[in-house]
Amino acid sequence: MRKIRTPYLLLLPGFAFLFTFFILPIINLAQTSTQTKIAGGDTGQYEQTLRFANYFDAFVENKEQFGRSFIYALIATLLALAISYPLAYAIAFKSGKYKNVLLVLVVAPFFTSFLLRTIAWKQILGEEGFVVPTLRTFGIISESTTLTSTSFAVVMGMTYNFLPFMTLPLFASIDRIDPRTLEASGDLYANGYTTFRKVTLPLSMPGVVAGTLLTFIPAAGDYVNAAILGSPNTKMLGNVIESRYFKVVDYPTAAALSFTLMAAILILVTLYIRKAGTEELV
Amino acid sequence: MSQKIKDASIPTIPLGARIQRWVGRNLIKIYAFIAFTYLFIPVAYTFAFSFNDSGKSNLIWKGFTLDNWKNPCGAPEVCNALGNSIKIGLIATIFSTILGTMIAFAIGRHKFKGRSTSNLLIFLPMATPEIVLGASLLSLFLVFEINPGFWPTVIAHIVFCISFVVVTVKARIASLDPRLEQAAMDLYANEFQTFRRVTLPLVAPGIAGAALLAFSLSFDDFIITNFNSGTLTTFPKFIYVSAARGIPAQANVIGSAMFFLALTIVIVGQLVNRRRVR
Repeated sequence: MRKIRTPYLLLLPGFAFLFTFFILPIINLAQTSTQTKIAGGDTGQYEQTLRFANYFDAFVENKEQFGRSFIYALIATLLALAISYPLAYAIAFKSGKYKNVLLVLVVAPFFTSFLLRTIAWKQILGEEGFVVPTLRTFGIISESTTLTSTSFAVVMGMTYNFLPFMTLPLFASIDRIDPRTLEASGDLYANGYTTFRKVTLPLSMPGVVAGTLLTFIPAAGDYVNAAILGSPNTKMLGNVIESRYFKVVDYPTAAALSFTLMAAILILVTLYIRKAGTEELV
Repeated sequence: MSQKIKDASIPTIPLGARIQRWVGRNLIKIYAFIAFTYLFIPVAYTFAFSFNDSGKSNLIWKGFTLDNWKNPCGAPEVCNALGNSIKIGLIATIFSTILGTMIAFAIGRHKFKGRSTSNLLIFLPMATPEIVLGASLLSLFLVFEINPGFWPTVIAHIVFCISFVVVTVKARIASLDPRLEQAAMDLYANEFQTFRRVTLPLVAPGIAGAALLAFSLSFDDFIITNFNSGTLTTFPKFIYVSAARGIPAQANVIGSAMFFLALTIVIVGQLVNRRRVR
């Protein structure tokens, strides 16, 4: 009898906490999203009218930012994958006794506040930094071209900030591959490319799935990179939600947008996990 | 004669081709080197500008000074913000590590009804964008007329740290050899003794890693904190707010110091682990 109860007793405090401070807020958010402004009321006063058109209005009004959030997040995820895969591969197979040291180095930049690093990028890519004058000297960019306040800077910042989330799961699954399977593939006359496509990549798929999810999800909801490195023309959904909460005090629209963002991400994630064919959640 | 053999064994390859071959062989290492450079550019920049004799706005290099390192609290508010971040981080780490470890043991060690639902409940906060987590908690606090501030921020941090703790500790539990516990039981240790003397010491590095992860997530969090902290300043919030008028060099000092501190902790941890294995 005691044995059956043990797991539930272990779960109880944590799940009670998560229920109160995660599930309840989400339910409350859903309620807020269908409210409307009280006629003649002060700012921030709303009543429940079950107005589902809030979702439609919020989406139509911000479809640009919506699209941008997903496109930026997608590009940043793909870039992070392209940078991280060879890096994780090199650490797993080519680093010898320095494996642990290199692994620590991947996480190390994390410990300098990510805001400081993002602002550092802003200054490095800015007019006073060394990148822009160098590129201008070599005539790669014209005198009038700037790097900050562009979508390039925003996507680059996101790629940079979420890189360890991609590298660590990739490393974990590549490191688990027995090098003998790669040798066996070579013995069977597969060339390097075929070995990668038929052996390494399939075996590292759990890492690819976990890494892309851990990068894409925070990237899609991010607004800090767009706020620091971007311009009004690179605003993402996160920027809209933030300003609806703090500047406009339009809670229903903010709630509707938050909910749409979360639903869109959950649907994409579910489809992706199905397609990638792994049941292993992160 | 020997000269001839030598010549035959090294056919004359032009220098260009030899460089090409070397690059081809070491391509992935060169690539890794470039990737690491990319990772460390802003860290190096932050560190370099912590020595800048900048006055108020730390934008342009004005000369070398050690003053910022001698007086890290020189800028108004910066140490107050740092103190708040450390306090919030420590409390959130303790609670999320305890709650998360319990959940990890339940899911990792027991088969029970609702196990997959529990897994889903752990996955959901990680699949929720931070801004939604932060915004939804803020609305809840507003409904109950709780003012944003210190404790709401702590609660918010525990929410998003728990899942990461569960995942980390669960992975450690999954890698344990169950025969070790069976052996303890065979030697007449009861369930509690087995847990305390065998299971817990084996899982401890995983718990320590999870706690370190929770603290760094909490310490570095901006989005959720911004929604739930009200007028309270944390270190990331301080940086974000002062970004508009230029960040004082003291912020760079603290950021760099955190970097070296964390690096030291990780390296010492690795050394201790290695000695234990021996």
